[in-house]
Amino acid sequence: MIGKEKYLQMYSYMHRTRKFEEAVTRLFESNKLRGSVHIGIGQEACTAAGIAALRDSDWIIPSHRGHGQSICKGTGAAPVMAELMGKATGCCKGRGGTVHISDMKHRNLGVCAIIGGSMCNSVGVGIALKMDKSDSIILVFLGDGANNEGNFHESLNMAAIWKLPIVYLCENNGFAISVSFEKATAGGSIANRATSYGIPGICVDGNDVTEVYETVSEAIERARTGGGPTLIEAKTYRWKGHWLGDPEVYRSREDVQCWIERCPIKRLENKLIESGLATRDELDTIARSADKEIEDAIAFAEESPVEDTAQVEFGVFADRYEGSGWQWQ
Amino acid sequence: MAIKTYANAIRDCIAQEMRLYPNVFVMGEDVGLQGGIFGCTRGLYNEFGAERVVDTPMSECSIVGAAIGAAYMGKRPIVELMYVDFSLLAFDQLLNTAAKARYMFGEQHYVPMVFRMQQGIGRANGPNHSQSFESMFCHVPGLKVCIPSNPADAAGLLRSAIRSLDPVVFLEHKALYATKSEVPDDSEFMIPFGSAKIVREGTDVTIYTNFTYVQRCVKVADRLEKERGISCEVIDPRTMVPFDKKTLLNSLKKTGKLIIVHEAWKPMGVGAEIAAIAAEEGFSYLKAPVVRVCSKHQCLPFNLDLENAVVPQDKEIEEGILKVM
Repeated sequence: MIGKEKYLQMYSYMHRTRKFEEAVTRLFESNKLRGSVHIGIGQEACTAAGIAALRDSDWIIPSHRGHGQSICKGTGAAPVMAELMGKATGCCKGRGGTVHISDMKHRNLGVCAIIGGSMCNSVGVGIALKMDKSDSIILVFLGDGANNEGNFHESLNMAAIWKLPIVYLCENNGFAISVSFEKATAGGSIANRATSYGIPGICVDGNDVTEVYETVSEAIERARTGGGPTLIEAKTYRWKGHWLGDPEVYRSREDVQCWIERCPIKRLENKLIESGLATRDELDTIARSADKEIEDAIAFAEESPVEDTAQVEFGVFADRYEGSGWQWQ
Repeated sequence: MAIKTYANAIRDCIAQEMRLYPNVFVMGEDVGLQGGIFGCTRGLYNEFGAERVVDTPMSECSIVGAAIGAAYMGKRPIVELMYVDFSLLAFDQLLNTAAKARYMFGEQHYVPMVFRMQQGIGRANGPNHSQSFESMFCHVPGLKVCIPSNPADAAGLLRSAIRSLDPVVFLEHKALYATKSEVPDDSEFMIPFGSAKIVREGTDVTIYTNFTYVQRCVKVADRLEKERGISCEVIDPRTMVPFDKKTLLNSLKKTGKLIIVHEAWKPMGVGAEIAAIAAEEGFSYLKAPVVRVCSKHQCLPFNLDLENAVVPQDKEIEEGILKVM
């Protein structure tokens, strides 16, 4: 059973994610942000449930539509907003931008912007956790596009043969850029692909935060206790285009509207109020505090400086003296 | 000092490092029970067990990607990809992630890892198992590139590579594995990156070369000295990234003439970069045009006669030297 506190935490995560993405959209449209920004509005239940199921000591690799995943893992909105604005106070000093968010302090290893790449990075994280006999796990967020990459299959295979402590949460939002899931994926199921590797593959309603949370929690427990990896397919939908500016020729407004009516945040709100787990006031307070966090994040990012351009000479290599190659960390 | 083969120098260095540092481990294709197809990890599986000498499936990109993940977590993986030709399958993780993680994530990550691969001709492996790719790795910022030509350099550079905080591409040459030389036993023996080696001193012409051609050039140089009194300086850069410009420019100051010999293809090869450095920074020293003696821009054929027709021969090296004299 999910208690009130956990539900309110997830409600807060969903709101913070939604408000952040709405703010980014506005900033992009008013030319305050640049780049190919991927907005995750409509998919907040996966973000909230995934992060809420973790311990602080667990690791994540966010997806390329994962601003909310980074924010909720502990980074908060300000360093992510500053990163999106390319500022020195951004979590990657403004060098990475939207699809390279990382925050090692909060055990966020960083988005791999080449789809599917995070899958194989997670295998090494799993190897390291196992070597250290750690009881931490890694949760990898990915999209349906990744499931047709070679890395997806290579990595599931490795994670399975070595029984690594990894949970793969695939947000199937129906489209890999403009190509629909049906058009691109044989067999019609991502979860079923797990069968080939002898690991659990579970399909859930990605807009139902309860179902995602319960499934991810169970998978995390399995990973933590030596049961190996799990692949979860969460069926959801992105309300915005693949990137801000996407002409969206591949779907109709009616299709989008139909999913807007299945809003995961509204759904949770109704559930909490109907079941008496929370009052309207409590939920409003959470929503207002999300608004405030985003407002502050924008102000912080706008006021922040850009990294000194002289620094572009540095930072590629870690060895203190170029070429010496002998320091031991 | 002990006389060792190139393969054993590599193996012994890995073993010494694994004994010293528990976070060093080996993963890759056939590295475990088999001990590597050229024996470079032989015996390690028995000594360190399957957890630190990991036989992987044939999944090059994910092997490299996994090594990156382990490196993020404080491990120091030594990855064997077997043939450099297979590294093309792993270029995504090598070039897009390993090379960039340090900078693009705002210097939060360390990516200490070594990618061992062998390249070159010498075993009748044909077009897909005989190529030389050093220039490809050098082009992208973020990777250090070692090109050892003898057992001692292999040991000294490999130890520096394992202890480096950065990703290092460690290119071996398959025709060198059985060659022998003296290797220091010292478990702290390291060759700093970016230190070229003057293999043979000379005053008339500078020869920049690598891998198997180092010894071939020395032999041609010895003969020309005896027969024609030409004094050649033979230099092995040992690492291409970082590249030791100082040794190149000092030698040019002395000789004024530069020949570059390598097995990799001539167009856009590392020789082109060395020639460009000479032109940009050593132009006033040059007394003759730079000459490159490199492979023809052609596949490496299976048949030995055909293969020899593609890669540089001693006669062409000699002609190159005589051309600038």
